[in-house]
Amino acid sequence: MTTTTYREAVRTALREALTRDSRTFLMGEDVGRYGGTYACSKGLIDEFGPERVRDAPLSESAFVGAGIGAAMAGMRPIVEIMTVNFSLLALDQIVNNAATLRHMSGGQFSVPLVIRMATGAGRQVAAQHSHSLECWYAHIPGIRVLAPGTLEDARGMLWTALQDPDPVVIFEHAALYNMEGELPDTAGPVDIERAAVRRPGRDVTLIAFGANLHKAMEAARLLAAEKIEAEVIDLRSLRPLDDATIMASVRKTRRAVVIDEAWRTGSLAAEVSARVMEQAFYDLDAPVGRVCTEEVPIPYPKHLEDAALPQPEKIVAAVKAQLGARA
Amino acid sequence: MAVTKRAAKPGAKSAPASAEELMAHYRHMLLIRRFEEKAGQMYGMGLIGGFCHLYLGQEAVVVGMQAALKPGDSVITSYRDHGHMLACDMDPKGVMAELTGRIGGYSKGKGGSMHMFSREKGFYGGHGIVGAQVPLGTGLAFAHKYKEDGGVSATYLGDGAVNQGQVYEAFNMAALWRLPAVYVIENNKYGMGTSVERASARTDLYQRGQAYGIPGEQVDGMDVLEVKAAGEKAIAHARGGKGPYILEMMTYRYRGHSMSDPAKYRPKDELARMREEHDPIDRLRAELMEWGVADEAALKAVDKEVKEIVTAAAEFAQNSPEPDPKELYTDVLVEA
Repeated sequence: MTTTTYREAVRTALREALTRDSRTFLMGEDVGRYGGTYACSKGLIDEFGPERVRDAPLSESAFVGAGIGAAMAGMRPIVEIMTVNFSLLALDQIVNNAATLRHMSGGQFSVPLVIRMATGAGRQVAAQHSHSLECWYAHIPGIRVLAPGTLEDARGMLWTALQDPDPVVIFEHAALYNMEGELPDTAGPVDIERAAVRRPGRDVTLIAFGANLHKAMEAARLLAAEKIEAEVIDLRSLRPLDDATIMASVRKTRRAVVIDEAWRTGSLAAEVSARVMEQAFYDLDAPVGRVCTEEVPIPYPKHLEDAALPQPEKIVAAVKAQLGARA
Repeated sequence: MAVTKRAAKPGAKSAPASAEELMAHYRHMLLIRRFEEKAGQMYGMGLIGGFCHLYLGQEAVVVGMQAALKPGDSVITSYRDHGHMLACDMDPKGVMAELTGRIGGYSKGKGGSMHMFSREKGFYGGHGIVGAQVPLGTGLAFAHKYKEDGGVSATYLGDGAVNQGQVYEAFNMAALWRLPAVYVIENNKYGMGTSVERASARTDLYQRGQAYGIPGEQVDGMDVLEVKAAGEKAIAHARGGKGPYILEMMTYRYRGHSMSDPAKYRPKDELARMREEHDPIDRLRAELMEWGVADEAALKAVDKEVKEIVTAAAEFAQNSPEPDPKELYTDVLVEA
């Protein structure tokens, strides 16, 4: 076991990918000399050279589009977009091109491209750098959407995603980069299909992903002190969703609370909740609960930002409301 | 204006290229002409649905450019793409069957008029978002450079697309990284119904790369030999490691933007004048006779051959089965 950080796990994954496949290059804003906005690619330009660790101009549409074109021509690019907010400038390329080319070419072309981007709030960077728009991407057929919430997944999802012949979008929550933990020396590629049960429990299922997984785990610890045993599910893959793991848990606990840093309206929490209603309605003892971000642009002051976001205490309250529904 | 000089002046005594090559240009242009006329008829008969953007009038652009490209190069364009595919030697049957939405089409019927591809022929589509193919074509050029395979990418865009922001993001990247990219602006004077003058502050579109140091040239796009000569120059520049090049092809579309457009926004005599005085096929036909490359009988034989190909394509496109309903769910992600 090695003590490491999420950031270091991402860097190790990038290094592995560049080492193992000469068709892979990393392209994005400040990924080279600067070492990556979140220092995920620090040192890689010295190791692999500026051709393969390529600083791109501030042109999201063009460098994402160029990544798609290169992938069509047989490369295995990793394109980094600084944050999900900036990815809106490349939404056309991702939604209209990357996601459609296999289908509208009748299977002749695929787009084996990985797009990584930071997401999420919690760092006092205000309303234009704090979005959680994972659900927008999870809406789109033709792409896979991943949210690594653990060191193992930060280390292991990238290689598996690069082996996938279709475009994969990986969301790294910016609040996770400094997270420390132990990673086995044998850590390597992991599956990108299934949700994971991160904590077993019998009374309620908490469903989360990314950084909010850890808020859900904290809530489960608080609940355990009150003899309420929460099962925590980490979605890991946001498209496709692993219905089987979700339903197996909900059928056991008979209650579910979905935690999602997006705004409630049209969120992934809404989608997961609808699926639980569709597939496990008669197993439920209470309506599915949701803990989402307040429907306001993310404010700068820390106390207001904290109040806007899902927090362990809010999750605890939502669980207690569910248990109250039983009484 | 950097208008290229004509490869051979009309009235020149000798042909500027081999008879075989000149006849191939003629045949290719005529194939596109007859194919598009047939597609227009089939659309009118309800055999083709959705959008259908015909390339009539612009034939010299793709035929001249394709003659200047080599196998292994990449071609990408937007939605007025039938001519590009025929110029790339894609099978007219597969193209027409895609227009009718049949399983024998290049995209198994799922792409339609705007979305066809051929890995074998180096044709990367067929794209419907105006200007969005330009970053893709730039990525194709990037891949040629990364792989060091000596290839060039030719990215076609229209006079409407030149006002899209991502085109300039791509120009900058191509120039910055000296990518082997040739951008071919097909200026047919109208972006849908809006004329270049009414859409662009400066109408010298070949200058649009000036801020990035990309050389540009305006070309008579109604003259296949002019196009080919300009294409050869631009492609040699890109292939030689000197970076991107812009060609502005002055051309004209005979029909409206799509089949549902009667094109009433154009001056009345404009179309007639272009057809009578600048038609690329009539022009080459006259020159072939003038240069003694072909006589009336030889040209008639080409007409007949092309007509048979188009008839066979139309028949194939009507007889090829519709895709099975289960095709709805295929080719979304790779099948396990």
